[in-house]
Formats: sequence, C-alpha cells, structure tokens
Amino acid sequence: MPEQVTDTPPPRAWRDRLVAIAWPAALGSLSGALLLLVLLPIAGLLFTSSPGRLLRGLADPLVAPAIRLTIVTTIASLGLIVVCGTPLAWVIARRRNRLWRVLETVIQLPVVLPPAVAGVALLLAFGRRGLLGPGLAVFGVGLPFSTAAVVLAQSFVAAPFYVQAAVAAFRRLDADLVLVARTLGASWPRVFFTVAVPLSWPALAGGAALSWARALGEFGATLMFAGNLTGRTQTLPLTIYTALESDLQTAQSLSIVLVAVAFALLVAIRAGARR
Amino acid sequence: MSMLDVDVRGTAGALSIDVAFRAGAAPLLLVGPNGAGKTSVLMLILGALAPDRGRVSLDGAALYDRDARIDVPLERRRIGFVPQRYALFPHLDVLGNVAYGVPAPARAERDRRAREALAELDVAALAARRPAQLSGGEMQRVALARALAGRPRALLMDEPLAALDVSVRRDVRRFLADRLRALAMPTVLVTHDVADAEALDGDLVVIEGGAVVQRGRLADLAARPQTDFVRQFVAGRSRPSP
Repeated sequence: MPEQVTDTPPPRAWRDRLVAIAWPAALGSLSGALLLLVLLPIAGLLFTSSPGRLLRGLADPLVAPAIRLTIVTTIASLGLIVVCGTPLAWVIARRRNRLWRVLETVIQLPVVLPPAVAGVALLLAFGRRGLLGPGLAVFGVGLPFSTAAVVLAQSFVAAPFYVQAAVAAFRRLDADLVLVARTLGASWPRVFFTVAVPLSWPALAGGAALSWARALGEFGATLMFAGNLTGRTQTLPLTIYTALESDLQTAQSLSIVLVAVAFALLVAIRAGARR
Repeated sequence: MSMLDVDVRGTAGALSIDVAFRAGAAPLLLVGPNGAGKTSVLMLILGALAPDRGRVSLDGAALYDRDARIDVPLERRRIGFVPQRYALFPHLDVLGNVAYGVPAPARAERDRRAREALAELDVAALAARRPAQLSGGEMQRVALARALAGRPRALLMDEPLAALDVSVRRDVRRFLADRLRALAMPTVLVTHDVADAEALDGDLVVIEGGAVVQRGRLADLAARPQTDFVRQFVAGRSRPSP
C-alpha cells in the first residue's frame, strides 16, 4: 500500500505540464487579440498623419460650424437630461411598486436600442406624420431637420446613462440621513436639495459625464431624425461621415479631436469614481 | 411637565403592534429581543410609520389619531431623534449639522443657537470638525446636540450606546443619564443593555413580538420576570454596589 501513496501516476504529471504551458499561452493570446483589436484602430488614427496635415484638416469650412453646433446641442441635451432626469431618478429610487420598476426598465431601453431604431421611433413620435406631429404643426413647430431635433435625439439616447447613475446614487443614500433631516423639520424639497443631491454629487457628475459623452457621439438617430444640414443639424460625428466622402484628412482630424475629448472624460470619470 | 402618550393596537407595515405607554420626566426604556418591534415603535412616534389603529399624543394634543384622521407630518412633529449610528450629515461640519434643525430664517441666528446647543453638551470645540473626524462618543454628543438644538418637545434615541466601544460606554452612559435628567423632557430610548437601564433609572417597557409583555422599574422586573427574555435581561445586572 505505501508505494501507492508515494508514486505519482505519470499521466497526471504530463497533464500538469501541459496546463502550465497552455494556460498562460491561452490567456496571453486571447486577451492580446482583443487588446490589439481596440488599440490598432486608435493607433491608425493617431499615427498615419502629421501634425501639420491634421491642423489643415481642421481648417475645412465644415469644421467650425460643426464644433459650435455640437457644443451648443450637447450642452442643451445635458441640461435637459440633468434637470428632468434628477427628479425622475429620485422618484424611481424612492418608489418600490411595480409601475415604477417597469418605468425604470423602459427608461434604460435606449441603451440597447439600435440607433437606427431610435431614429425611426423619434420620427414616428415627433415627425410630421408622427404621434405629436399634427399637434406640433398647429403651433407652427416642425421638429424634424431642426437643431431642436438634434437635442431630442441626443437626449433620447444619452438620458439612460445619467438616470441610471442617479437612481443608483439615490438608492445608496443612507435612509437614516433622510429620516433625521425630516425629524429636524426639513420638507421634502429641502431634503432633496440639502441632503440627497450634495451626498450623491460625485455619482451624479459621473453619470452626467457619461451621458455627455454619449450625446457627443450620437450619429444614427440624429442622421435619421434631424438630417445632415451644415450649421443646423450637422454635429461632429455627422461631419466626419460627410468629410469621409471628400477629404479623409478632415475626418481623421475630427476623429482625433473626439478621441481626445472622450479619453479625457474617461480619465476624469475614473478619477472621480476613485474619490 | 410634558407627557408623550402612545397607544397603538394594529398593524404597521408587516408588523402587528400592541403597545401602550406614557413617557414623562423619567426616561422610558424600550427593551426586547431583536425584531420585537422596538424601532418600529420609535418610527410610529416619529411619524415615519402609520398604524392602522392607534393614537400618539404629546401633552394631550394628537400627533396621530387614526379615528380622528389626524396625522401630523413628521417634519412638523418636533420630536428629536438620535438613530443608532447617529446619521450625522457627512457633507456638513459639526456646526452645519447642528444648525440644520434650528428653525430660524437668519444664518447667524441658526449658528448662534447651534453653538449654544454644542456648548450645553461640552462639545463647542468640535464646531469646525467633519463627522468623519469625530470619535464615537463625540458623534453621539453632536447627534444629541443636533436633535435638541431645534428645541423639540420629546426625544427618541435608538440604542444610543450600541455603536460605542465598550471602553467608553460607561462614561458616555453616565453623561447621558445626567443630561436626560437635566432635560426632563419625554424621552424614549431603545436599549439592549441592562447597564443602560441601571444608569438611566427609568421605566422599562418590554416588547416581544410587537406587544408589551411586562413593564415596571428594573427592580420589579428582576423580582418577578415574566418571560425568558426578561429573565436573561435582568441576569446581566451588575452586583449592587455597597
């Protein structure tokens, strides 16, 4: 019997050796493949041009109005999302019945919706023959192919990111803090503005940054619902798409600008989350 | 002398409650096993829970009366509350915490009264600190100062000593006993610790399964314990000092 204890069966050792080689190799090659897939296109953007040519790309007449329009529309979208989304998140976080749980899911839908579907949906809601179209026409308002349509499209796709972050932050809020504030005579609005919002501030800022990044990149829904009109609805992503047909250099220069902004946002969000 | 009357027989949320007591000058201590409904009784008094039958009144005036359809909103009941972990506002300094509940329109007046409340509890020196920089005993005094700064009509404390290190509990307990005696305001405390009952020298109300099973002074409970819980609770008493 003792020799059975001391003798390691040979097949086992062979398998151990194989695992010792194959496992790191598999981990390395598989994760390396995905890293390359992400890094190569970024490298392509950054290293296939020269600083002088990149600057010349930005001199294209399409660029200045697109930057102006993008800044204005994304700030408007973010304002709309924060002003309406914060109260919505507060209500969702505090109500526990089924209706609000369903609404919480519905508000997340644009995250997984294909942008083309979002564009069709927006047209069918606010378009000339959409749900609200005839009503809006009475007041002389035609939303499609206007700057307002850009803001609506951006808000539609970007709102869930902010609302989700705000709901999570409000749910994390210590219930005792809210209770104590109320025993100290604070009304609900005072609890909201002096306890809930200040304590959720970092999470709200992170959600707003994500939301803004999403609005900044909005392309599909904007193209379908707002069109591609220079100075009116042609935001930076649409300008890249347009420039691609005539001047790859302009498309590349603008892409690098957007990558830089997105990367800065990502770093800021991660730094904010660590605090 | 102010009186807080509680008489609740009904369900509140998922819990069925059958509790009646009166708190006056001496502190009233709610004791009972975990899940017995002690904290729920505090919530009923505060107005965070509404029972389907019952009445809560302060000096005869109803705060809650199901039959008369009276339910004073909790922010207008003026009942000071110190929760178990004190729940100091982490984003405000100590002065800001205490000033939060002072009902005065002018900032200067709020701060003046907050400093007064801190001074009364010997913690005026902490005014500029953040809650994260306080010890457990300091947090408790600040939370008490905050609860009292708005001149409430009654005071509720949920296990005021449970979050403290055993080493400081005795001093804090003595301090609290002195303060509560000086305040002479209707006070209801939830506690797990028979030492609190000895030091605070109040009436005990024992709750099990949402209902009062025994009441009286600690000596009465010790002489004739009615349930296993009461027997265990009084068994923890310290030896009578000579």
